[in-house]
Amino acid sequence: MEHSTPSAELAVSAHGLVKTFGDVRAVDGIDLEVRRGQVFGVLGPNGAGKTTMLQMLATLLPMSDGRAEIFGVDVRTHPHVIRQLIGVTGQYASVDENLTARENLWLFGRLLGISSRQARATAEELLGRFGLEDAGDRKIAQFSGGMRRRLDLAASLISRPPLIFLDEPTTGLDPRTRGQMWDTIRDLVAGGCTVLLTTQYLDEADQLADRIAVIDRGRKVAEGTSDELKSQVGASTLQLRLLDPGQSERARDVVRRVTGEEPVLTPESGGINVALPDANRAADVLIGLREHDLLITSATVQKPTLDEVFMTLTGHATDELETEAAR
Amino acid sequence: MSATTEHRHPGDPGAGTVTARTADGAATLATRPTVSDTVSQTLALAWRALKKMQRNFEQMFDVTIQPILFTAMFAGIFGGAISGSVEEYLPLIITGLIGQTVLTACVATGVQIREDMDKGVFDRFKSLPIARIAPLAGPMLADMLRYLIASLLTFATGIALGYRPGGGVLGVLGAIALAVLTGWSMAWIFAWFGTVGRSAQGVQGISLMILFPLTFLSNAFVQPATMPGWLEAFAKVNPVSLVITAIRDLANDGAVTANVAWALLGCAVVVAVFAPLAVRSYGRRM
Repeated sequence: MEHSTPSAELAVSAHGLVKTFGDVRAVDGIDLEVRRGQVFGVLGPNGAGKTTMLQMLATLLPMSDGRAEIFGVDVRTHPHVIRQLIGVTGQYASVDENLTARENLWLFGRLLGISSRQARATAEELLGRFGLEDAGDRKIAQFSGGMRRRLDLAASLISRPPLIFLDEPTTGLDPRTRGQMWDTIRDLVAGGCTVLLTTQYLDEADQLADRIAVIDRGRKVAEGTSDELKSQVGASTLQLRLLDPGQSERARDVVRRVTGEEPVLTPESGGINVALPDANRAADVLIGLREHDLLITSATVQKPTLDEVFMTLTGHATDELETEAAR
Repeated sequence: MSATTEHRHPGDPGAGTVTARTADGAATLATRPTVSDTVSQTLALAWRALKKMQRNFEQMFDVTIQPILFTAMFAGIFGGAISGSVEEYLPLIITGLIGQTVLTACVATGVQIREDMDKGVFDRFKSLPIARIAPLAGPMLADMLRYLIASLLTFATGIALGYRPGGGVLGVLGAIALAVLTGWSMAWIFAWFGTVGRSAQGVQGISLMILFPLTFLSNAFVQPATMPGWLEAFAKVNPVSLVITAIRDLANDGAVTANVAWALLGCAVVVAVFAPLAVRSYGRRM
């Protein structure tokens, strides 16, 4: 086999996953291998097929084609076994609006076959761990978005599943709540869980994931660590600001000649960005500008952001596709 | 590469265990929920449905205020015209209304299952290792309480209006038990509508369209002998008439007649046909 990872160490192993809805191929032949104990990020814009792929792996949607194994168990033939191995937290909180937080956790515990007393104790423990003990007897209808999301994640942990699926865990949360969620996810991994998370936030994948797959229009366009993906774009970017914006065109020619790369004029006047294979080439660019009497106000060398990675890999920006999907 | 499957019951290819290679080593897991798992999951979900009823009391109007109102109204309006007096009409209308009220309550069961399925918590039920029938069977079990309340209130209102059931306490209790059982059985039909329907309103619409002719073209409110021939023929073979006749035999005569046996058999057939249909189409949505 061509895989470097022995299959015994894989939490998820999927080959040729396809999901069609009528003529639309929402997921169009995706391969995925997630090692045990890893946080694997699936990154892509809205409508890329991330959630559909996750739902197939979680037995929530039948696969149109392909095969998947979770801890060596076939997803298609043994859905009941798979459901004992996974916890799923969706984009929208899946808890009961009519019940209190405590009652929700107790109910899910009972459904998982835990005794009534044990289920009550587990509910208490999880409420404490997620900072919800004071809200335990309140109806979910009165919960904030962040509290619901935390309760939802708590409900996914009752049976201590070895694999957790997180579908856009922080979409719609404010920055502070988002940070708390990230800490919770890091704690999970420290406890030995494998996490497969989808996100449309590039910094979220950067922050949490050991390995990232970039999904676009139902296909995997790239995979690697955050650094590996970034190095595909070039080691770094040189960002220049000219004193006289009128000389932008002349400066662009100079930069092109020195670096051999195509510089990009930024929307703010007088700004020029260029990718550098090696950060030390920045000095050559500055010398070249000086020789042509082109004065600058600032120069910075930056590692590329995942936004730039996405742009390079797919040929379009993340928000471009989002508007397309919304149409 | 593939997981080891040990079949415990050679005759049943689905039953048995599968070994998963998790971080803690090998975990041996069941490939199917057992019967006792299914029962306790159904009970847990019935508990959820009862909590929901308790907290949304307006959903109970169709089995509390409606039976009282309908009983008083129908007896008062039609009693004189149909049977000469309200008292004479009561043995006919009370038992007929029990059938009608319980069937209406069944429709609500189907509609509420449909509404529930659109909510987020059903996504979680799908992802849990529970029996696929439990999220349907739980609320259906809890709704037996609704049919019980409806039957009790209809009898109570009748008795307040002067109805004296000839079957005595036992006969009335038997009639109520039959009504509740019928309600539970018929609810599988509407639960099936609920799982195939596109929206709760759609399910309600189609259910009522079927329910109205069935209840009115029966012996619930008048003797079929007073109807035109073709209508009488329909009213006599209408399964609703069958159940109402059985309820009358029990409540008014205290007699366990062949009609009762036929009604029970009818319920069994309905459950045997519609429960698998409902579970299958619910499973497909899951």
